[in-house]
Amino acid sequence: MYVAVKGGEKAIENAHAWLAEERRGDKDVAELSIAQIREQLSLAVNRVMAEGSLFDPDLAALAIKQARGDLIEAIFLIRAYRTTLPRFGYSNPVDTGEMTCDRRISATFKDAPGGQVLGPTFDYTHRLLDFKLAAEGEVAPAPEGQPRSGSTPHISGFLKAEDILQDEPASDAAPGDLTREPMEYPATRPLRLQSLTRGDEGFVLGMAYSTQRGYARNHAFVGELRIGKVAVEMEIPELGFAIEIGEVELTECETVNQFKGSKVEPPQFTRGYGLVFGQSERKSIAMALVDRALRWKELGEDNLGAPAQDEEFVLSHADNIQATGFLEHIKLPHYVDFQSELELVRKLRREAEDRISPKEAAE
Amino acid sequence: MSAYNFAYLDEQTKRMIRRAILKGLAVPGYQVPFASREMPMPYGWGTGGVQVSAATLTPDDTFKVIDQGADDTTNAVSIRKFFEKTAGVATTEETEMATVIQTRHRIPEAKLREDQILVYQVPIPEPLRFLEPRETETRKMHSLEEYGLMHVKLYEDISQHGAISTAYAYPVKVSGRYVMDPSPIPKFDNPKLEMEAIQLFGAGREQRIYAVPPHTRVVSLDFEDYPFEATKANHPCDLCGAEDSYLDEVIMDDAGNRMFVCSDTDYCRSRRKAGHQGRMATEGAA
Amino acid sequence: MTPLLQVKGIEKRYGTRIGCTGVGFDLYPGEVMGIVGESGSGKSTLLNCLAGHLEPDAGQVIFDTRANGPVDTLTMSEPERRMLGRTDWAFVHQHARDGLRMSVSAGGNIGERLMAVGDRHYGDIRDKAIDWLGRVEIDGTRVDDRPTAFSGGMQQRLQIARNLVTGPRLVFMDEPTGGLDVSVQARLLDLLRGLVREMGLSAIIVTHDLAVVRLLADRLMVMKDGHVVESGLTDQVLDDPQHAYTQLLVSSVLQV
Repeated sequence: MYVAVKGGEKAIENAHAWLAEERRGDKDVAELSIAQIREQLSLAVNRVMAEGSLFDPDLAALAIKQARGDLIEAIFLIRAYRTTLPRFGYSNPVDTGEMTCDRRISATFKDAPGGQVLGPTFDYTHRLLDFKLAAEGEVAPAPEGQPRSGSTPHISGFLKAEDILQDEPASDAAPGDLTREPMEYPATRPLRLQSLTRGDEGFVLGMAYSTQRGYARNHAFVGELRIGKVAVEMEIPELGFAIEIGEVELTECETVNQFKGSKVEPPQFTRGYGLVFGQSERKSIAMALVDRALRWKELGEDNLGAPAQDEEFVLSHADNIQATGFLEHIKLPHYVDFQSELELVRKLRREAEDRISPKEAAE
Repeated sequence: MSAYNFAYLDEQTKRMIRRAILKGLAVPGYQVPFASREMPMPYGWGTGGVQVSAATLTPDDTFKVIDQGADDTTNAVSIRKFFEKTAGVATTEETEMATVIQTRHRIPEAKLREDQILVYQVPIPEPLRFLEPRETETRKMHSLEEYGLMHVKLYEDISQHGAISTAYAYPVKVSGRYVMDPSPIPKFDNPKLEMEAIQLFGAGREQRIYAVPPHTRVVSLDFEDYPFEATKANHPCDLCGAEDSYLDEVIMDDAGNRMFVCSDTDYCRSRRKAGHQGRMATEGAA
Repeated sequence: MTPLLQVKGIEKRYGTRIGCTGVGFDLYPGEVMGIVGESGSGKSTLLNCLAGHLEPDAGQVIFDTRANGPVDTLTMSEPERRMLGRTDWAFVHQHARDGLRMSVSAGGNIGERLMAVGDRHYGDIRDKAIDWLGRVEIDGTRVDDRPTAFSGGMQQRLQIARNLVTGPRLVFMDEPTGGLDVSVQARLLDLLRGLVREMGLSAIIVTHDLAVVRLLADRLMVMKDGHVVESGLTDQVLDDPQHAYTQLLVSSVLQV
């Protein structure tokens, strides 16, 4: 006789054991080290740090190894770990003007103080598979230039000096923290930016792309894109002043967008902003475009009904950990509900047949 | 796991959740927003229930977890193990013995007592969600008690199917005020929502907690001429002979033969232990 | 007699531009007020201010409520205003899609207001829905059909039924015949006139179509650039227009 299968403890343990074996793969092939992942799959590490909201390359590399390269699973591991960490406090805002830039480009000016620095980019590579890498990947050292000293001014500063770029008023108000308070709509811009920076790269990219294709089109120039390290400082109450507690790598993007002016504002340029952990160029540009699209109300623009303008839609669906959990939960047993539906459908069918058959008898 | 706090969450988070629970109990059926934490299991797999349980459990508690009414379904096992590991609490499969019961999709058949807490896992806490997707709008509808649309849905059911075609997650009105989603329990369980135990509902991904205090009036929405009906398969349990319990339908062979068994495994087991027998008792018990 | 609605000094600005300004009038029970003017004259802005869809910058909209007598609806709490919106007030949109639930059956559309105020008997709700379909000349057998299966004229009549089913005391109508074929317009106007008389409805109708006001309205206001330039009894205004703009408006119709 068939006996109802109910997965027990044993089944779960066995599944976990098998999973571990699959993760390791063929044992004749050398095992990956955390350092190898951190150093050689650094962009994957960056994505896991960005969407996991935790800057720790070693932990991110460990998560990637444990997740068998499934980046959303790795992000999930990082997020779950992150929640358990005690909060000591909040750092001061980082000053990206003081960033030591590995890369810094502007699409709006041919050149600018601080220069155009290409840095380690895929941009002008030809996307040809390099079969040499299949054999061995050792590389000759890249030529080195003289590092610049001092700060690198933001391009937006030059436009602002001419008063043709909308001013972003400074505020000392403490921004909300979406990991500590439930999201409520309408959200403030700091919360929107938090949500976007840890949002799924694919989702944010798709939303940004939709604005370029005419769903709330607002043509964006990359005013500036910079990647590099910034110092993180924190006030220590016992000391009474801020000290540097470490540094993080960031990608920052400021877009400059057309703006024809509204009833309250003269014609000028406006901005979208993206800031993401690690070297995450695509994500930060996409973030800036979506940020700009979400600002329609504050700028007195029309709501065109485009998905990227819809704050509640964008923010409630950007988080891949929420999305993947809910999507995949339909794998769990639902047989109690299904049973209830089954009986309802049978009952409705019986009633429908009863309604039809007397008529047939009469005919 | 010893690096983690009792029941995994830190004390500050538990306090935050307890405040939400207390607010929920004070305003029955109202969805209290809370800053849901990322848990080490996926959203949609009971993170809301787990957080409520974590904030509710004390070292003296005895914990029971069911999914689809059964203690031995995979997700129930996984959650029970989680708390065995992180809280070290005693666990049980007997409804009678448990002080905190976490459930997905069922209410136990046995009558719960005043000293017990039932914690529900909730996927979508908003009963109006599929009528109005916007949170901003549904919150307004709740605050203004604008529930006409909910009845429009039931009206449409009857006009199209001749009956209210909601079989589970059947909406209820709590204490004459808030319309509430009782989580996806079969509507058979709805009458049991008026009980002596405290009922807590946790939706992790959607960041909501709500509650039904003991002895609170819970009315399933309906029409006077199409009253609410709690339905189940029209069979006794083939193992224990129970006529009053919710049944799972199990396909037994390629010919499509079926048997019906209690979905509440503890209820079925305790009845058989007391000598009750169903049609296929000897085979099924094997 | 107390006016059903007293409108005083309504003004709405969009930045420096005037939407409408200095509008005031009284509406008595059973009276129909027409507001005419070309597009951009401020008539729709005014209607939306009166119906509570827009917040005016100045003025009062005092409604004679059943419970508490005359109350300024602009100072009401939102729950009170929304309650008014689904009981004593009704709003007929120019486009039926804005006033109907397109994915809900005709019966559900008509029944919604009944259920919102507490009707809980399916059979009664359905009977009332079928009765109202008949009153707006839609066959009762269509009660379970969705509005998407209806013609434009039928959708508009369904919208009217959905609004009138709870017996409102004041109906706002925004170009109720706009966008319909001329022959369909005539039938709808006939129907509206019948319902207004039969139910003793008070109504405020915004339109650019003088034929509509001549048929339905007791009194008339003519708007231009956000101001009321002329008002009076409908026949009087249309037959003997005093203001140059009204004269132009009337003559442009006669020339057609």
